Amino acid sequence: MNGEKKPVLELQNVTTHYGPILMLQNLSVEIFPGEIVCLLGGNASGKTTTLKTILGMIVPTEGSVYLGGEKISGLNTMEIVKMGISMVPENRRLFKRMTVRENLEIGAFLRTNGKSLDEDMERVFTLFPRVKERLNQRAGTLSGGEQQMVAVGRALMADPKILLMDEPSMGLAPVLVEQTFEIIQQINEQGTTIFVVEQNANMALSIANRGYVLQTGKIVLADTAQGLLNDSMMRHAYLGEA
Amino acid sequence: MTLDHLKSSLKPGFYAGIVALFISVIGMIETFSNRDIIHGVFSISHTFLVIIALITGYFSATRAQRAGIRQHGIDRRAEVVNAIAGSLIAGFVMGLFLAVLVVVANLINLRPVFVNVTPKLIDLLTFGRPSLAGSIVPLSMFTIVSGLGGALSLFRSDIRRLIVTSLLWFAFAGLISEVIRLSLSRLGVNVARKFVTTRGLTPLGAAVMLALIFAIVYASQRLRDRQRRQPDQSSPARKRAVRFRSWGLIFVLLLVLPWVVGRVPSDVLVLVGIYVLMGFGLNIVVGKAGLLDLGYVAFFAVGAYSTAILTSADQLPNIQLSFWAALPFVIGITGLAGLLIGAPVLRMRGDYLAIVTLGFGEIARFLALSDWFSPVLGGAQGVVKIPNVVIAGIELADPEELYYLIMFFCLITLFISWRLEGSRVGRAWVAMREDEQVAESMGINTIYYKMLAFAMGAMIASLGGAVFAVKLNTVFPFSFSVNVSITVLSLIIIGGIGSIPGVLVGAFALVGLPELLREFDEYRLLLYGVAIIYMMIVRPEGLLPSVRRGRELHEDEMAQDAWGKPAEVIPVPANPELSG
Ligand SMILES: Nc1ncnc2c1ncn2[C@@H]1O[C@H](COP(=O)(O)OP(=O)(O)OP(=O)(O)O)[C@@H](O)[C@H]1O
Ligand SMILES: [Mg+2]
Repeated sequence: MNGEKKPVLELQNVTTHYGPILMLQNLSVEIFPGEIVCLLGGNASGKTTTLKTILGMIVPTEGSVYLGGEKISGLNTMEIVKMGISMVPENRRLFKRMTVRENLEIGAFLRTNGKSLDEDMERVFTLFPRVKERLNQRAGTLSGGEQQMVAVGRALMADPKILLMDEPSMGLAPVLVEQTFEIIQQINEQGTTIFVVEQNANMALSIANRGYVLQTGKIVLADTAQGLLNDSMMRHAYLGEA
Repeated sequence: MTLDHLKSSLKPGFYAGIVALFISVIGMIETFSNRDIIHGVFSISHTFLVIIALITGYFSATRAQRAGIRQHGIDRRAEVVNAIAGSLIAGFVMGLFLAVLVVVANLINLRPVFVNVTPKLIDLLTFGRPSLAGSIVPLSMFTIVSGLGGALSLFRSDIRRLIVTSLLWFAFAGLISEVIRLSLSRLGVNVARKFVTTRGLTPLGAAVMLALIFAIVYASQRLRDRQRRQPDQSSPARKRAVRFRSWGLIFVLLLVLPWVVGRVPSDVLVLVGIYVLMGFGLNIVVGKAGLLDLGYVAFFAVGAYSTAILTSADQLPNIQLSFWAALPFVIGITGLAGLLIGAPVLRMRGDYLAIVTLGFGEIARFLALSDWFSPVLGGAQGVVKIPNVVIAGIELADPEELYYLIMFFCLITLFISWRLEGSRVGRAWVAMREDEQVAESMGINTIYYKMLAFAMGAMIASLGGAVFAVKLNTVFPFSFSVNVSITVLSLIIIGGIGSIPGVLVGAFALVGLPELLREFDEYRLLLYGVAIIYMMIVRPEGLLPSVRRGRELHEDEMAQDAWGKPAEVIPVPANPELSG
């Protein structure tokens, strides 16, 4: 789809090593503006590694990453974040001893204009009214669901072109998982492109446009969400069908 | 009614006995016996022992009370009996240790092994009856004192607080009696002699001092209680005014301090000031940025040496700048040194960083000592003839005057730290300390902010070094040992990392007191160790913590903090066998 549009984020034949250990092998991913794309895979398949590679925390040994056509692999994390990528890390990882407000402010760290900071705060509050009530609470004392909200809010404060999410469903009750995915959809509708990493394939595919399936560092399947939902191997391995 | 619960008192008594025995055998008791709190009546070493006994009595009393309640239920009469009995038992056990020491010392000569078990020590422990029968003296004395400590536990808490606080302040006044003597003798030698001697307060002086302290403590407690009963409903503006006024008062006190205490204590104050300054600086590095730097002395040395070389009339490059003209260069050079050392080491994790910086601290001293640099740095002879600082034609020669220079630098540093607190930079530091990786993924350039902290710390230390150089008018390599780093680190740990008043108190306790009481010097490291272990266990946030640190270190008391620990990943159902 989106044949004529240029991808926002593109991984071209990316190979990544952890020291001598080969982790990602010849990965190619394209994400187009306005899409929700998911990356599915089991434990230790390399999903988090993929996100770290995009953010420049690991430098690919081969291949490159492009953001809006510009090569970003090789830049440092700060420069990459500044160009408009932000991430909701695995397990949220809030700054637990800081207040909710401080967490949000850190999210907007690289933006210096100051003017739209309040606007973005408001945006977070409309998405998550609960966050507004908790502004001065220590992030570590929030409930799991609330922490998720703040983690997403923190990432949105950077006003990113593309939002990376690492297993947003992890450790949440089913109701909260559903709510989270609704919010993801909402954020997407407001114009943010989303690349979400998940083990919960059912949930992810229910909102995504397209998906990739990762196995031991290799992409084994790539299709539209509907295509993946109908794929027999997918149904077998990831969608919990006997 | 069984007496089982009184067994709980044995343990505190046992510990106290070991501590008392230890400080006797290592010679602390004898060393401190030359100084009195009350002249001819009560020495500092007695104070140590009495404080140990009082604390023991208090703790064993509360333990016995609690144990009694557990076993026999609540009964006010029994509680009183338990408290007294418990503390007496503990005191007896403690006294037993010292009594045994007296007995053994009477029977065999312990000195070949324990050099410090001198006749004088035995004399002290027995109040002048060093015979075998004298062993009864420590036994009975500590039983009684501990009993008093136990009795203390029966008072209402506010009365107890009043007594304990007053006594502690009194002991403190006794410790600094030399300063009191020097200040009073400015009013007249005869006046001073009535109240203090070179050995301690006179009985009259002690009585006056105790009454004075008691009145002040009582008044301040009343004031505080009144405030607590009627919660302050005044406007924020008023509150700020009140705070402003109390800070103003402290400031004025600090301003007149050197003229009250006179020359010798002022000299100590200048040294304390230098350490306060370095405490502020290291607080940025360790407290804010979370980088454990054990080689802070290196920057102090660079500051002192560059000041020396740039201003000395006697040094090879013969530059002879004035202090103020040299200062920007000193700051710049040291900041650069900070970056130079920082660049390679700041990529390391915490513990490695500590070791490497420790090494750099020592390297700095060796370089200063080396023959290679001796044409410039003077080798072991150091750099001499550093001129005094001149401000507007006034030469700062006396410590009373130099005090204002260091105070000025402290205030500037304080202002900078305060401005950093709520700033973008400050926030980046906190985030970095909490979770470096996430901070980085938020776009915080962690290496940059670490370097910034390191360089700022270095520049602040250079100010300390500069004042140190003009204070002594010479610099020697031997002044820059690892002890300086340890002292600065200890004082911020004891005062509470990140806390400003904590640095003042810590510097006074660790630098000021040992200067005033030279006896402390020998046991300085022992005291640091004890103080730091105690702080780590009881108050990891320090005596006067900053708010955020308090939050961080009492974290496990908070509920719901289990989130975000990677170990607690809950598997998602829709993912059967096949994993990547
Ligand atoms: N810094 C590292 N050094 C060496 N190996 C690493 C490193 N980080 C991750 N790995 C390994 O790489 C593999 C993939 O890790 P990754 O975190 O990408 O998995 P994942 O797909 O996100 O799994 P999960 O769903 O459990 O989060 C794992 O086997 C992991 O142990
Ligand atoms: Mg992962």
